[in-house]
Amino acid sequence: MIKIDEKGFYGKFGGAYIPEMLHPNIEELRENYEQIMATPEFQKEFRGLLKDFVGRPTPLYFASRLSEKYGAKIYLKREDLCHTGAHKVNNTVGQIIMAKKLGKKRIIAETGAGQHGVATATVCALMGMDCTIYMGAVDIQRQRPNVERMKILGAKVVPATSGSQTLKDATNEAMRQWINNPVDTHYIIGSVVGPHPYPEMVARFQSVISEEIKWQLKEKEGTENPDIIIACVGGGSNAAGAFFHYYNVPQVRLVAAEAAGLGVTSGKSAATTVLGTSGILHGSKTLLMQTEDGQVVEPHSISAGLDYPGIGPVHAHLFDIGRAEFVAVEDEDAMKAGIELSRTEGIIPAIETAHAIHALNLIEYSKDDIIVINLSGRGDKDLDTYIKWGGY
Amino acid sequence: MSQVLTMNRIDNLFQTKKERVLSIYFTAGFPKLEDTLTIMQAIESAGANIIEVGVPYSDPIADGPTIQDSNQIALDNGMSLKRLFEQLQDMRQTVSLPVVLMGYLNPIIQYGMEAFCKKCQEIGVDGLILPDLPMQQYLDEFKEVFDKYDLRNTFLISPQTSEKRIREIDTHSNGFIYMVSAHSITGARTGISEEQIAYFQRVEAMNLKNPRLIGFGISDSETFTTASKYGNGAIIGSAFIKKIKESQDLKSDIESYIQSVIH
Repeated sequence: MIKIDEKGFYGKFGGAYIPEMLHPNIEELRENYEQIMATPEFQKEFRGLLKDFVGRPTPLYFASRLSEKYGAKIYLKREDLCHTGAHKVNNTVGQIIMAKKLGKKRIIAETGAGQHGVATATVCALMGMDCTIYMGAVDIQRQRPNVERMKILGAKVVPATSGSQTLKDATNEAMRQWINNPVDTHYIIGSVVGPHPYPEMVARFQSVISEEIKWQLKEKEGTENPDIIIACVGGGSNAAGAFFHYYNVPQVRLVAAEAAGLGVTSGKSAATTVLGTSGILHGSKTLLMQTEDGQVVEPHSISAGLDYPGIGPVHAHLFDIGRAEFVAVEDEDAMKAGIELSRTEGIIPAIETAHAIHALNLIEYSKDDIIVINLSGRGDKDLDTYIKWGGY
Repeated sequence: MSQVLTMNRIDNLFQTKKERVLSIYFTAGFPKLEDTLTIMQAIESAGANIIEVGVPYSDPIADGPTIQDSNQIALDNGMSLKRLFEQLQDMRQTVSLPVVLMGYLNPIIQYGMEAFCKKCQEIGVDGLILPDLPMQQYLDEFKEVFDKYDLRNTFLISPQTSEKRIREIDTHSNGFIYMVSAHSITGARTGISEEQIAYFQRVEAMNLKNPRLIGFGISDSETFTTASKYGNGAIIGSAFIKKIKESQDLKSDIESYIQSVIH
């Protein structure tokens, strides 16, 4: 049974390894989030916004040409059609309502590629809340359009200048700022990472993805259960959402596509389950890429959203007990898969998502298998990377 | 506290000195890899009372830019926990002050908590400050091994820490309690505000069993004296790191800085 325990662990992974200065905030959230989420009032507002603001339910689309090419029944769960272009907004809508219910006045968030930053800035604009986004200085340079989108939406974008100046450092900086402003500020973490209860709370907000897959597949195929679900994993929020209602349905195979970067043995990779060992990062015990001495290693992926040295504790657990299959997809293969999907189905995917598409080449299945790929985001933000890569 | 049989230097210190205890933090391996012992000896000869040796980490989330920077430089210099233990192997031949290691959990877990604690006792470390080790995890996983190797464990409290929580922390602490003077990362504040003094007084009135050292925002004689009024003393970190960063003569600069704080 995949279930979080009362101390916030999934098996060996999870917990809340946080400085005491954050204890009151985390405790406040832990004590209240389940109860708040369970109220009809919260559900009404959350469901209403998912429907009318985000545009849910997103379609479960039968990809006929892709299916023909690979010899399986392939469905795409179209999270790329969410407002702001990716699944990220499911979580930020949930957390902004949570923040309001907790009486918070100010929102902070980290972002890598800028998708979570944009999704956060969007809901802050929607609710009229003050918003500050921490983003690695290197990512600010690489992801200019998203920086401007956040600014247009009224957010303040603050560069994180320590370390590699990417997502990991933006997360460190957001945590530091939370320590400095603990009373009136809510930190909207963008993935299923961080101290308990964040991984579980974010997964629950994202679980709307698998909730919809169940009834949509039932309508189309007469069964709620696909044979295989594939999703990409950086921190792992879209995968957690797509897997959530299937964790404990053992006949449904769960496949997680990690970023191998230039290759798992190249030293330029983000394939955490291959290269990582158990350790503590950003407040939870999980698998992470580190030196023998316990220093966190800088990851690499062509996709900024997968460029993270850890994975959410729930995924570390799924890996540990063998519940999910993990595959590692190299930069080049992901880029080619992005072009392949563009030309077979007319959908340019985010490069993160393209990793999940390529996973079709790395797993075994048979002709009658129903495969759902979580199409977590669209490729608009990645045009520069596609252009620089140029292989089309 | 077991005040009779202990050999622990932290216990001994607070048995005889109840006020104006000065603890100095520095990052091991900074500014140069081999400066560690020189710095410790200078802190001692200058008249400070506790030495906090920072174990550098790639992702120090409770630290501000000054200490982050020193951590990164130390790592770039090649500092590691193994290297640090080698440097400290014979420290007790020249250093008699209580020594506390301060570091984040991950490098220690990779070293192995029991092996780490054993080594600490062997070389004469007296206590630990692990800012990302929460009380519950400490009690569940590590207390037994800390006790086995006679290591005192210091927790942090902040102005946001509830009275109930402070009581719990006091119950489970030994050595001393580290009072974060503002709800802030290290090096973010200078000076002491009225609001902070109200917080110091509130905690003082609780009559905790453990001594209290006030940290974060202490940089000179004035702030040290103010903090010492409301606690048993204070901790200087970022301000000390700034002093040694550009130093050409560590021993003399450290001695004159610490003496300027004490007097």
